[in-house]
Amino acid sequence: MPLETASPVAPYRRHGSNAGQPLTRRDGVLKVTGRATYAADNHPEGMLYAVPAVSSIARGRVVSLDVAAAKAHPGVVEVITPANRPPLAHDPDRKLGMFGFRIEVLQDDTVRYVNQPVALVIAETLEAATQGAALLDPRYEAQPARTGLEDGERYAPAAIGVGGPPRTAHGDLDAGLAAADRIIEECYETPAQFHNAMEPHAVVAQWDGDHVTLDMPNQAVVMSCAGYAAFFGIPAENVVIRSPFLGGGFGSKAILNGPQILAILAARMLRRPVQLALTRAQMYGPVGHRGATWQMLRLGVGAQGRLTALHHRSISATSSFEDFLEPAANASLYVYQSPAILTETEGLRLDTGTPGPMRAPGEASGSAALEVAIDEAAQALGMDPLEFRLANYAETEPGTGRPYSSKALRECYAEGARRFGWAGRPLEPRRMRDENGLLVGWGVGTALFPCPHFPAEARATLRADGTALVETAGADMGQGAWTALAQIAAEALGLDPDKVEFHLGVSTLPDGGVAGGSGHTASAGLALHNAGEDAVARLAELASRDPASPLFGAGNIGVVAREGRLHRRDDETRSESYVEILARAGAAEVVGTGRMARDEEAARTWAMYAHGAVFAEVKVDPDLGQARVSRLVGAFAAGRIVNPRLVASQYYGGMIWGLSFALQEAAVADRRTGRIMNADLAEYRVPVNADVPSLEAILVPEEDAYVNPLGIKGVGEIAVTGTVGAIANAVWHATGARVRRFPVRVEDLMGAGVG
Amino acid sequence: MSLSMSLTINGQPRSVAIDDPRTTLLDLLRERLGLTGAKKGCDRGQCGACTVLVDGRRINSCLALALSLDGAQVTTIEGLADGERLHPVQAAFIAHDGFQCGFCTPGQIVSAVGLIAEGHAGADPERVRELMSGNICRCGAYKGITEAVLEAQQVLADTRREDAA
Repeated sequence: MPLETASPVAPYRRHGSNAGQPLTRRDGVLKVTGRATYAADNHPEGMLYAVPAVSSIARGRVVSLDVAAAKAHPGVVEVITPANRPPLAHDPDRKLGMFGFRIEVLQDDTVRYVNQPVALVIAETLEAATQGAALLDPRYEAQPARTGLEDGERYAPAAIGVGGPPRTAHGDLDAGLAAADRIIEECYETPAQFHNAMEPHAVVAQWDGDHVTLDMPNQAVVMSCAGYAAFFGIPAENVVIRSPFLGGGFGSKAILNGPQILAILAARMLRRPVQLALTRAQMYGPVGHRGATWQMLRLGVGAQGRLTALHHRSISATSSFEDFLEPAANASLYVYQSPAILTETEGLRLDTGTPGPMRAPGEASGSAALEVAIDEAAQALGMDPLEFRLANYAETEPGTGRPYSSKALRECYAEGARRFGWAGRPLEPRRMRDENGLLVGWGVGTALFPCPHFPAEARATLRADGTALVETAGADMGQGAWTALAQIAAEALGLDPDKVEFHLGVSTLPDGGVAGGSGHTASAGLALHNAGEDAVARLAELASRDPASPLFGAGNIGVVAREGRLHRRDDETRSESYVEILARAGAAEVVGTGRMARDEEAARTWAMYAHGAVFAEVKVDPDLGQARVSRLVGAFAAGRIVNPRLVASQYYGGMIWGLSFALQEAAVADRRTGRIMNADLAEYRVPVNADVPSLEAILVPEEDAYVNPLGIKGVGEIAVTGTVGAIANAVWHATGARVRRFPVRVEDLMGAGVG
Repeated sequence: MSLSMSLTINGQPRSVAIDDPRTTLLDLLRERLGLTGAKKGCDRGQCGACTVLVDGRRINSCLALALSLDGAQVTTIEGLADGERLHPVQAAFIAHDGFQCGFCTPGQIVSAVGLIAEGHAGADPERVRELMSGNICRCGAYKGITEAVLEAQQVLADTRREDAA
């Protein structure tokens, strides 16, 4: 989908390349003027509004719905319940590939979690549909809800996360523990958290015969078409998804969900466009969350503070009917050197909606526990926690011994510590106060995130007027794909970014893959880079075959593409513009294609991670036990940086998510009913501006020759990791209270003698 | 049933027929008048994405019944730029990367315009952070937002001084 207007870019200095420049966002003007269109901003002629009625029990069945009352309400057009729901071509109780979870689409009267759709009301206006849904007044036969470790059903999972193994062992754990001078063993809890993207999940569905167009926020634009197609029994190419802007995703907009499918079904049934937008409260159920964990860490520590054994076990919660287990224990596989590492995960079935990937799935909750445990080990040994981390620095990948493709973590520690002013930190807790008498504490955490790559394709067209059209069905959920991907394409094409028209976010374009796993810039970027290089190669071929061109015969020598001209590699004074080459060839354009491709042998040989170090200062009121972050400094090394301005923003956002994890967010279930008691943005606490006083992100230089030809790692998720532990450790340093249940609450500190 | 009222929206007087008395100002703007810049993030006055100015004051338009505002002056995000020339707050949000996904941005910007007009924040970043805390940004662009508000406030003050001189 093209951007309607070209946005002005700030003046920038070229260093012979477009990548690496801190351009402002290409979609900036659209976003600051309100002209960027999100799914629910679409209002096709004749559109109806759909509002789901959702369950208020966590387990049982619906025994009655007052359909007559809802239908009698003026403006209500239809009420869909299990009794009249048209058939679907796919059984929603069966999995549909890796990201196609079992979902609820009114297949029966069973209730499996709170906020599950139990009916859909469609009306001429939003007000009528909302009132109609309220009038349904569902009655239930309820069974006791299973909400925690005490009453959930434990089981041994076949896989964790997205297809990962539930158990990984390196070395001999028992031998490692036997060799230890000290063993530190503690348990940690992380709560259910909800993505709470600012934009509620929405869809506008329009059918034309057996073709359907879906305006919806979507992190996997092309892949999702096949999923919707399966539900409606049509070919994937009959589904068009338009997702030019996502109002945040964080993992919650990659997986098909029931309410959106119901809205599409309603549009087909009623032969009119239908819009559905979940309410904030309705997002606490059918659209995923980060599942709660109960983690155990056992660390063996020997001479010089070296780890001899590292054992990390997680009980990860999922729903009663589907498996997505937060792979928290895996966080201990990659960070610190230990001759023996064992990670294990057990499942726990609760009456909740199915969890899913949420920004740094596994890494965030696992890092939270690991970084506190590491701090506890340092404390037990009387070592500075940064020194202890350096003593256990992994020079090669723990367990496998693979070399790192690049690892500037030492530089991150050093630079972060310097900027934060770590030196001189008292070892003992409760030694620092500020001018107002608040307890001050400093903590550190290591950040790490892997570098997954996903299949992606792209097309680049060089046009007769010297501009280019570049296309890929990637997704910008705020990370800056509109800008960073265009920079990569412009670089490959040898053009200024303002000469490049970029289309993104619609499924008819070449498949841009998934915006997730912090791998989108690398994956779609590689496809764009290769498409650009392919287009330039085709242009070079035209020129080198043409005796009238100064590039005639340059075929074997090669050319360099720069600022809209091709130059002979061996003699750059011989050059010709793209416009001239295409004009003389009588060609309107040349089209290049590319896909994500990297050296698979290198991917097996080298261990590839982004790294970082986060330093936190907290202040705790000694009378009230209230903890607030006063300073965060994060230093990160993530390979080549495409746009430092946008990357810094990713780090700030990630660190704020870490702050939120450490001190603020948690969904609280009522044990009696299974209902989430704080399913709104007032009581489910996410950071506001006043919670974030001072943030610094340091972009530590790192070159990586192996991760991919562009040298790019990912930046979207890493900053959540490390930050959580750094803050919890700073709270300990301020107060002497070691809190092992997230978020750290006032009552935990008061219970530990603060306040 | 249709009730008529008049509103001045972004400087344009409009006579508006309200087909349903339950309609909020936000739903009037978004669903009936085609002004979709203000966003619905919570519909409960908790997130600020729907912030508009009513008679110069910033309000959560999701909490205001449209019919209660007969005769009011409403300014939305669509009414801030002068043609293609951005309002200083809009320009500062771009320069300081005061947004990522952009969904809360119309509310943040309108809120910032209202805050600057209120004149309470001064040059103190802590005051700005506190007084901008009715607008949640889940992407966490707060640092850029605070910088943008402070800069735009200065630009507007300088412009006023120049105009007065």
